[in-house]
Amino acid sequence: MKGLFSSENVNCQGISAALIPYLDGRATVNEQTLVESHVAECPACRTRLQEFSRLFGVLDELPPMQPSPSFDVRVRQRISAEPAAGWFGWLLPAPRLAFSLAVLLGLFTWMGKFQSPGMDNTGATATTQSEQDFRAIRDLGVLENYDVLKGFDALSELPVPPPRPATEDQDNGDGGGQL
Amino acid sequence: MARSDVQLMLETKDGNSASFDLLLQRYRTPLVNFLYRIVRDSGAAEDLAQEVFLRVYRARDRYAPSAKFTTWLFRIATNLALNKIRDTRHQKMELSLDAPAKEDEQVMELPAPEKRVDQMMLERDRADFIRSAVEALPEKQRIAVMLHKYEEMDYQEIAKVLQCSESALKSLLFRAYETLRVQLAPLVGLPAQNSDVTVGFRKGRLS
Repeated sequence: MKGLFSSENVNCQGISAALIPYLDGRATVNEQTLVESHVAECPACRTRLQEFSRLFGVLDELPPMQPSPSFDVRVRQRISAEPAAGWFGWLLPAPRLAFSLAVLLGLFTWMGKFQSPGMDNTGATATTQSEQDFRAIRDLGVLENYDVLKGFDALSELPVPPPRPATEDQDNGDGGGQL
Repeated sequence: MARSDVQLMLETKDGNSASFDLLLQRYRTPLVNFLYRIVRDSGAAEDLAQEVFLRVYRARDRYAPSAKFTTWLFRIATNLALNKIRDTRHQKMELSLDAPAKEDEQVMELPAPEKRVDQMMLERDRADFIRSAVEALPEKQRIAVMLHKYEEMDYQEIAKVLQCSESALKSLLFRAYETLRVQLAPLVGLPAQNSDVTVGFRKGRLS
């Protein structure tokens, strides 16, 4: 397997990325050969490699940070406080999805609440309009039929009902007042 | 023989909480240490490490051993740490890179009891010097160094955590170690005359 470099004329910059894998023992055979042949002829890279080697030792001096004694207890507390997975437990790992669904549901509910009455009115208006149109069409034949209209004159001969006495009207109108 | 991480995770998936406790014991120190080096705050590092374990526990039912457990674990930790840094930066509360370590950070690092006070002070100064150099690295370089040097992960694994190619990772690591080599020159610098090329090559290897 080829490593980072395939050219035989490897310069200092070209060799640089192989220095760390070489030191940690994870370089490919190709990288290892190239590094060794290069540093044998390049004092600067030889020094750099040695300094890297010492750097690894220096970095080992950094003391690790220990977790506090209560760390495990606090993790267990948080785990025990976790809600038990129920019907919607699958939504817990995807809070964004749950939130989006909730927003969509709320939006549809809100739109339904405000749009339904409007839609009903529109329907009622449409019904009324169509009834009027229907009546107009239905009466159209009658209005255009002269014989029928002529016959309507008979209606004018109907006896006119006698006017009601004025006192009776007054009584009816003032009834509430008497009470 | 110790059970593998994957085995423990699968047992956790089956409802065995003792297996999860073993994972907790196995990775709490590396995780807290890793997060501490990234976010540079001991309290935040502990909180984040707890959050990592909580997320692992929550995801137990969906866990499939397709990748190494540590890759998954440190991927979660890296994401949380980077988010934390972003949030902190957003709140303009990030500590100065040159600021000395806080008292609580030093308390967490336990010196060996048999050491003399002056020796401890010298070592502490030296450790502070090294720490400040590591912490001054850019985030991604710092994460790469932590996973490479302290967690001893292989390149493929670190590349997966950082979501980059292996060659990009090698360049990233070189830049990080080169910066550290320059910054820590008083500690790593060689005398004027160079020793034999074959001396010390393998001595400094990590494995």
